[in-house]
Amino acid sequence: MQGHLLFEIKGENMLKKNDLILMIVIVALGVGAILAIHFTKESGSKVRVTLKQEELKTFKLEENTIYTVEGENGAWNTFEIKDGYVDMIDASCPDKLCVAQKSIHYNHETIVCLPNQVVLEIVGGEENAVDSVVN
Amino acid sequence: MKSKKTAMYGLLVALAFILSYIESLIPFPFIPGIKLGLANLVVIVALYGMGWKEAFVLSLIRIILVGFTFGNLSTMLYSLAGGLLSWLMMVLAKKSKWFSMVGVSIIGGISHNIGQIIVAILTVSNVYLVTYLPVLLITGAITGALIGFLGALIVKRIKRLF
Repeated sequence: MQGHLLFEIKGENMLKKNDLILMIVIVALGVGAILAIHFTKESGSKVRVTLKQEELKTFKLEENTIYTVEGENGAWNTFEIKDGYVDMIDASCPDKLCVAQKSIHYNHETIVCLPNQVVLEIVGGEENAVDSVVN
Repeated sequence: MKSKKTAMYGLLVALAFILSYIESLIPFPFIPGIKLGLANLVVIVALYGMGWKEAFVLSLIRIILVGFTFGNLSTMLYSLAGGLLSWLMMVLAKKSKWFSMVGVSIIGGISHNIGQIIVAILTVSNVYLVTYLPVLLITGAITGALIGFLGALIVKRIKRLF
């Protein structure tokens, strides 16, 4: 065979019905999940600071605080607790995506700094309060 | 024949660099370390234009070279997880013949994000990072669809050159 085609499109259409169904299903799942999270969220009472998978410290959300987490090799993350909300205000990581993340307040919301492996997670929501009353 | 293949690899890798550079200029502020997945364009072009093995090789080359240029070893881990899962799902989707290039690209896009989220969750041992997934599914599907359209246009054009 003389000129073997390096590129071939064997009857590929640009769009099939399944593509549309796929898109709709995914968007529906995504929107559904967002709504489910939105309507079931409850306030938390504490923020748990984790460094490299180990729980470092837990702070009460009622007390305004500014704290810096110090990691290995000069890594650091500074966050602030103010009026019940936790926000990352500065960090040593190169992309500072953690700083750009919105402030958190609801149970199980997180701010994550992947390069420094720091996680701020809101804990101690209503559910846990009920457990501790029972205990 | 080999030289044409090599030239095509080179062209696609170069395109991957340009796309990755553009991606690095548009960060995803609220989601930790996750990108738009524009570079998936070269993988899907390779998948439909060359083959699934070539697409795998291209994925690896792209991840490693771009990783060293724009990132570091840890960002490369996320890229690898997303890229490999994305490649695998795209190959399976293409083989199933249920979808066109657009559908395959959508699957590639969301798999990329899912792969990265999984690695993130394992790295920091916190399953609640999964709350970022819904937004990523939606954006991954939309960019995947756009990439799919673009990819189909590119493969059609390039076909004329050979």
